[in-house]
Amino acid sequence: MTGFAKLIRTTAFRLVVTYLLVFVLFAAALLGYIAWNTRRVLEAQLNETIETEINSLAEQYRLGGPRRLAASIERRSREARGFFYLFADARGEQIAGNAVNIGAVLQRQPGWHELSYTRAEDGASEQTFARVRLFRLPNNLTLVVGHDLDDRQRMRLVIRQSMAMSLALVFVLGGIGAWVVSRRVLRPIDSMTEAASRIMAGNLAERLPVRGVGDELDRLAEHLNLMLNRINELMAGLRDVSNNIAHDLRTPLTRLRAGAEEALRTASTPEELKAALDRTIEESDGLMRIFNALLMIARVEAGAVPGALADVELAGVVSDVAELYEPAAEEAGLDLALSIEATPVVRGNRELLGQALANLIDNAVKYGRPADQGTKPPPLRLALSTHDGMAEIAMSDHGPGIPPEAREKVLDRFVRLEKSRAQPGYGLGLSVVAAIARLHGGSIRIEDNSPGTKAILSLPLARVEGVTR
Amino acid sequence: MKILVVEDDAEAASYLIKGLRESGHGVDHAVDGETGLEMALSATYDVAVIDRMLPRRDGLSLISSVRAEGRDLPILVLSALGQVDDRVMGLRAGGDDYLTKPYAFTELLARVEALGRRRAASPAQTIYRVGDLELDRLAHSARRGGIAIDLQPREFRLLEYLMRHAGQVVTRTMLLEHVWDYHFDPQTNVIDVHISRLRAKIDKNFDRPLLHTVRGAGYMIRDGLR
Repeated sequence: MTGFAKLIRTTAFRLVVTYLLVFVLFAAALLGYIAWNTRRVLEAQLNETIETEINSLAEQYRLGGPRRLAASIERRSREARGFFYLFADARGEQIAGNAVNIGAVLQRQPGWHELSYTRAEDGASEQTFARVRLFRLPNNLTLVVGHDLDDRQRMRLVIRQSMAMSLALVFVLGGIGAWVVSRRVLRPIDSMTEAASRIMAGNLAERLPVRGVGDELDRLAEHLNLMLNRINELMAGLRDVSNNIAHDLRTPLTRLRAGAEEALRTASTPEELKAALDRTIEESDGLMRIFNALLMIARVEAGAVPGALADVELAGVVSDVAELYEPAAEEAGLDLALSIEATPVVRGNRELLGQALANLIDNAVKYGRPADQGTKPPPLRLALSTHDGMAEIAMSDHGPGIPPEAREKVLDRFVRLEKSRAQPGYGLGLSVVAAIARLHGGSIRIEDNSPGTKAILSLPLARVEGVTR
Repeated sequence: MKILVVEDDAEAASYLIKGLRESGHGVDHAVDGETGLEMALSATYDVAVIDRMLPRRDGLSLISSVRAEGRDLPILVLSALGQVDDRVMGLRAGGDDYLTKPYAFTELLARVEALGRRRAASPAQTIYRVGDLELDRLAHSARRGGIAIDLQPREFRLLEYLMRHAGQVVTRTMLLEHVWDYHFDPQTNVIDVHISRLRAKIDKNFDRPLLHTVRGAGYMIRDGLR
């Protein structure tokens, strides 16, 4: 693209041209109106002057007939006040007057005309414009009386000059003005564009300039900056996830590979090989579960709401899942006490809520055993209640608990406390619960059960006291 | 059983077909949705295994078309999309069961056989019998060797499902889906504990066990002598 073509495409150039066109149109219209009005006034004046002269000549004619008229014209012609006179007989011969080459004049019809003529006394061939009125008198005499149009010509010249002058001024001043204005408007946009291209080039920490004047452009820049921040957060989250996936999948993958290699090297009987293959399948199932949990978290966090949400009776889900886990808890030497204090209905997905509950109970069964192994441990307690428009599911155990500083952290992906390493698991259970809680507009928080852990899942109620949301 | 497999991935298909044939089933294979639809409509199959993402015609559209033709061919949908909503969509389109890739072949085989058997079994059956174990669905009672067995409601449903599929492998996820009606990952093998409780009730005082663990697959109830 040439420089000019580029210039034409800029907003600044277009603004300037548009402004100029508008200015020029206005100026031209204004001047045109003035010129037209002035000309009208001048013409009326001129007609009046001519009429007066005609009246005076008519008086002469009435007093002394053609002869006196001719004498009067003869006298007046010599005074040369810008008047045009022609008095001719039937043959077209001039009787009196101040013009030469009169043939064309006499051909005209009676009435007003504008014509050019050559003044007799000038001697030269200078043409003069005049406005005239032609009369036919008795005996085929012709009288033409008029006045030069010099004034109007001068006026036209003045108008034309001022028109040119003002247009030039409009061009210069309007151009400068438009350029200044458009620069003022467009410079911030240009700097935003530059900042944006630097950001795209990889300088992700840079932000669009905000000038602090609070105009539309500032607001736009602020919003774009907020958007960039959000994108950055998401990218950081994504980076964390991929780092964690890389890290946490590496361990089981390494184990998987090592086990297979080892079996290949050392196993000699079909039974040993079969056992090794079984272990391999188990390991890969574990990998799949990590993967599925991560995908679920990612999808829930991306706001992909699975299916249509429906009204879910939490009490049913809670007792279902508790019933499912009760034998497993018992196997682990723990009782699972269920206490349903309310029957809240939440807007949600039954499967996901079931998964969240399963993870909470699973954690309690795994980590809820008191350190003191001697006596029969107190039961795990799963309670459903409502509180301030929220349904609360509280899972309490009497295990070693989670230190206060780690209570937020355990909700993150792949976070496992040192003490829990002995138990199987991937550190994703609570992250899944947190993601599911967020999807339902709720939250998960960890409290002290002194001793032990109390995990509370809060979910907004679908209806509050008969009021449909 | 005669099984139609519609799967475009050559390796996955050959693994699947080989496994099904080794288990004694006849298998036809289509590599795209259009061919799959033609085959499903032109021949009689006991079960169809249909991948969700197929060239030329999407798996779900294939299933809808089969249903629109009024065929009640049992269909297992295979998909790499494992989220709750995908499953619901797959079943809503007319699929009878849904399995997420990657799957264990034993899981797929158990489900395919359950689907095929479901059609063969008469639904009006009210009493299931395996050996000397008897379950009366109407009276809600179970007895073995004439001795009544006291079952919790959930244990009854568990036994009912196992006996309906007597002689067939039933996987843990199938049990979770059909007995508890949940499709999530239960983390630990909670189902195993329920099974061992049930086993204590129906097998403990008898010299011949009926409820068997199938290693790497699941459980099966059958008369041990067979």
